[in-house]
Amino acid sequence: MNMLYQAQRGMRAKRQEAMRRGVIAVLDIGTHKLSCLILKFDQTNVSAPAEGIGAMAGQANFRIIGANTTRSRGVRFGEIDSVQETERAIRTVVQAAQKMAQIRVDHVIVALAGGRPRSYGLDGEMTLTAGTVGDLDVAQVLSACDVPDLGHGREVLHAQPVNFSLDHRTGLADPRGHVGNRLSVDMHLLTIEAHAIETLLHCVKRCDLELAGLASAPYVSAVSSLVEDEQELGAACIDMGGGTTSLSIFMKKHMIYADTVRMGGDHVTGDISQGLHIPMAHAEKIKTRFGGVIATGMDDREIIELESETGDWHHDRRTVTRAELIGVMRPRVEEILEEVQARLAAAGFDHLPSQRIVLTGGASQIPGLDGLASRILGNQVRLGRPLRVQGLPQSTCGPAFSACVGLALFAAYPQDEWWDFENSADRLPARSLKRAVRWFRDNW
Amino acid sequence: MRPLTASRSGPRLSTPALMAQRGPLSAPAPTAQPVALSEPSRDPAPSIWSYRVQRLWLTPLFRKLLRVGLPTFVIAFCGLAYFGDEGRRAAIWDAGMEIRREIENRPEFRVNVIGVEGASDPVIAEIRAALALDLPMSSFDLDLTDLRARVEALPAVAAAELRIQTGGYLAVRITERVPALIWQTRDDIVLIDAEGHFVAALADRQLEAPLPAVAGEGADGVVDEALALYAAAAPLGEALRGFVRVGERRWDVVLNDGRRILLPADRPVQALDRALALDDVTDILARDVLRIDLRNPDRLTVQLTDPALEELRRLRALERDTQTGERSG
Repeated sequence: MNMLYQAQRGMRAKRQEAMRRGVIAVLDIGTHKLSCLILKFDQTNVSAPAEGIGAMAGQANFRIIGANTTRSRGVRFGEIDSVQETERAIRTVVQAAQKMAQIRVDHVIVALAGGRPRSYGLDGEMTLTAGTVGDLDVAQVLSACDVPDLGHGREVLHAQPVNFSLDHRTGLADPRGHVGNRLSVDMHLLTIEAHAIETLLHCVKRCDLELAGLASAPYVSAVSSLVEDEQELGAACIDMGGGTTSLSIFMKKHMIYADTVRMGGDHVTGDISQGLHIPMAHAEKIKTRFGGVIATGMDDREIIELESETGDWHHDRRTVTRAELIGVMRPRVEEILEEVQARLAAAGFDHLPSQRIVLTGGASQIPGLDGLASRILGNQVRLGRPLRVQGLPQSTCGPAFSACVGLALFAAYPQDEWWDFENSADRLPARSLKRAVRWFRDNW
Repeated sequence: MRPLTASRSGPRLSTPALMAQRGPLSAPAPTAQPVALSEPSRDPAPSIWSYRVQRLWLTPLFRKLLRVGLPTFVIAFCGLAYFGDEGRRAAIWDAGMEIRREIENRPEFRVNVIGVEGASDPVIAEIRAALALDLPMSSFDLDLTDLRARVEALPAVAAAELRIQTGGYLAVRITERVPALIWQTRDDIVLIDAEGHFVAALADRQLEAPLPAVAGEGADGVVDEALALYAAAAPLGEALRGFVRVGERRWDVVLNDGRRILLPADRPVQALDRALALDDVTDILARDVLRIDLRNPDRLTVQLTDPALEELRRLRALERDTQTGERSG
């Protein structure tokens, strides 16, 4: 745990350095596509990060000066499967984005969807020695949380304090300055498999970049596609990606649950390819052009040619109707949504006061998906698109880029995490000398 | 459900009315333009070295160094290497000078004629001799300041103004010195102007009007006094011969018959006026007087001629005898 604490603090220091330089890249490593945005922060209002709960840094203004997307290679289920292939894809996308931005970036924040995220709700409690809650008390109560057995080879990705309670008052966003006896905290802990992070680190390092932050894709896509009142009142965001469908539940502007279903749009393509005996590339093409989930009588008469080049005349000149295509796609989409429904039920989403569900991600563009989803997930379903961000090209405004845009927002307005609070151990003089040496080594 | 592999191309083509008129996602009608399979695309990933080179190129400092520093260095290095050789430097200098000479020798800049204004003929000849220009020559080669100094060094010239005018004309405008006095020195008789500068020898000049004559050492330093005395001595008319500076301190007025009026060093004009007033009243100059000495302002002294002195003595003796005779008789 201490190792992770140090690593996360190191990434935080790098992120702050990148903020000082004013340029940072965000990279969304997805199964289907890999997109990179280069953000430029305005130097005018760079202030020292305010300590405490809430927005950590004051960088309100950023604009996107470079953006690029490439086909993802070597990624399966949101995890890096073939390191060399992914590295080449990262190089492609970063180089093109740099070329657009005409500036070199050294720091990159990465979102990853895979690695089987698991959510834990922790709580910690402590008795206050002084009457008033201070910074050290917050750090201590966060350290006092009982960490369950995370399992072998798992790392903590997010550890966000969600709620503070002081004696009988609860729902405190920032307990500092309050007077009380017992301080308790609810913390949301998200773990993913360690090898996913390690291969990612390796890839990023091979591209001469420095990892300045890691975020979970369900979290960041919810940040960009849930509007503010949905985040406040409670909503679930379902990011239907290529290889995984990730879901996260927000409440009072904090993520309280995240999970992924290891199925996505690529599986739909696979089904089409398998069912219609056509190559994957062609299957992808007819899925995006003619796909749907609700068939009507009109679709029986809409005929799609299946071109292939096997040399067999009969095989090369087959056709299907659009209704048949929908018939292939719909069971898989239903399966995904049912799995999501199962995960939401397991998380206790039914008991939340608000039942809003936002569908986003590339696979949410299937026509008629909102109707099908409202039949399975409940009737408060809408399709979400990411927030408008200054400088974002038109081509990256679609729902497929909600994780990417959310990552940019995450870079600008980071959520306070457990490691953002100064631990009492850091204040020892021997430690500060070591930190001075480390600062010297980092900066010279 | 119809088998997926069934071929319906024949009847489909014969019954176009059954085809869908619109496609989802606003795609063109699928039968009209079948989906073409794309070639497996080439891997667009840059190699690690091209990636690194591009990142290096996008580094601002490196970029600036390469775009500004390197050309500056190359130009400076080539320039130094080229101009390091003495012969090349001299050749370039010579070529530059040659071009300059060609431009200077163009007819537009050539001076052909010298015109001198405001001077008498002998002075003009003198000026031409002093300028000693080998015409025609380029106006760039003329040092007008030096020429003006040379012209103004001539005694007859008070001031000169030289100007190159269009048409290759060097105009010299002269202000001549005007002779104000004739100064008799031990060697020569010369003309000097109102400031005491030498103008010419008397023999070289034809005088339009009579000028006062002065003599004595240092007379050229006090020309204004001499002129004032000359003005004051106007009643003397033709009788005046000139003024003599004595001991560089005071003046003598010399009359035609050699008689002198000795003036004091202090306020000589008033003293001369007194003498002339005395002449008006007593007609003193008509008498047998050799000198009228006004040097002591309190007492006028007169030197008589020898016969006059004899006569005076005889008259005095006669007067004394008459008195004694009366007393005795």
